[in-house]
Amino acid sequence: MSLIEVKNLKKSFGNAEVLKDISVTIDKQEVVCVIGASGSGKSTFLRCLNRLEEITSGQVVIDGQDITAKDANINQIRQEVGMVFQQFNLFPHKTVLENIMLAPMKAKGITADQARQKAEALLAKVGLKDKAGSYPNELSGGQQQRVAIARALAMNPKIMLFDEPTSALDPEMVGDVLDVMKQLAQEGMTMVVVTHEMGFAREVSDRVLFIDDGVIMEENKPSELFADPKHERTKAFLSKIL
Amino acid sequence: MKAIMDALPYLWAGLQVTAYVFVIAIIIGFIIGLIIALMRLSPWKVLNWIAKIFVDAIRGTPILVQLFFFYYGLNSLGIISLDRTSAGILTVAINAGAYFAEIIRAGIQSMDKGQTEAARSLGLTNVQTMRYIILPQAFRRMLPTFTNQAIISLKDTSLLSVIGIADLTQKGQVVIAATFKAFEIWLAVGVLYFIIIYLLSLLSSYLERRYELR
Repeated sequence: MSLIEVKNLKKSFGNAEVLKDISVTIDKQEVVCVIGASGSGKSTFLRCLNRLEEITSGQVVIDGQDITAKDANINQIRQEVGMVFQQFNLFPHKTVLENIMLAPMKAKGITADQARQKAEALLAKVGLKDKAGSYPNELSGGQQQRVAIARALAMNPKIMLFDEPTSALDPEMVGDVLDVMKQLAQEGMTMVVVTHEMGFAREVSDRVLFIDDGVIMEENKPSELFADPKHERTKAFLSKIL
Repeated sequence: MKAIMDALPYLWAGLQVTAYVFVIAIIIGFIIGLIIALMRLSPWKVLNWIAKIFVDAIRGTPILVQLFFFYYGLNSLGIISLDRTSAGILTVAINAGAYFAEIIRAGIQSMDKGQTEAARSLGLTNVQTMRYIILPQAFRRMLPTFTNQAIISLKDTSLLSVIGIADLTQKGQVVIAATFKAFEIWLAVGVLYFIIIYLLSLLSSYLERRYELR
């Protein structure tokens, strides 16, 4: 069953058309990596999936709900769609534990005790149990990003969106974050990952979308897309980064 | 020195009025400032305009004129009747509110967009995002500028003596009228203002340390 359905999605910023007619469906438990050059529109595509960007035309349906419909309860829908950002965007005035507890308490209304239990369990999962009382600026980039993943997971989302989650990290931090993502994928989380980590895309994803100039130029299983790209643009892109 | 000691009970009473007027005015001013700032940032154009006109009108006119307007002007219409203290508090509050509004607006706008996006992506509403994420951080950053404006407002309260509010400045005038010790009394009045303003800045640095910037 498809969890995400994107139909004829178009997005313009002023006169610049960033996404030109994108249609794709993503199934439950599928891990999809989105690759492409910077400026190709891949991050914009991701941000349209939880309406951080208002789409210009088309339709985005998440778990059967049209998120761009006038009567769509976007806050409700966003609870189902976790997002992890390139710059982590942790709340600097709150401790690690408070970062994770906030949304479950305020958006879902669960008790502080339940939220704390959940947050502690998630911190253990991402390997940062001992950082609960730290503030974000006391953590390394890799640790911050793992907290950000835990924060998103605390809402029990059905889908996780990752917007270049390792691009702002020092190289030695990347592995820890990717390991957490791999584990998530193995547990059956539906994931859409915008990334430059071709190793991750090859190893973990079920499907790779190559976005170029606002369209999905090519999509395929990673083994085939990397080994035998069909499109000239895909070949050119891959030859540059591999 | 004796002149000052003799005057102290009067000046002390005046100081209490000054402190009272200031505290009430600054609290109301802060609420006005917050509302006006949120209006200026709201997506509704009408609210933007009202807020902008308010801020421009207050910033573009002298506070003494505002005071006369609220006390003599409004009262002359005979529709409402403001006593001097209310008119005085209202003037200082509205004046502070206009400046606070600009401080708060700038503080909110200086926040990284990623903070809002992270909060909204978790399913928090716009209001929750403001309340739990944006405002706490923005207020911490604004503290030094807030203190500045609070000090200016405190000094502005001395103008209220003009409409007969029995504040520190007015008490000073009264004492001098009786004793002719202008030098000693104005010196004492100045020192008393200085002391409360100094205490205010101590409070501000305490708060800045208490809520360390992260």
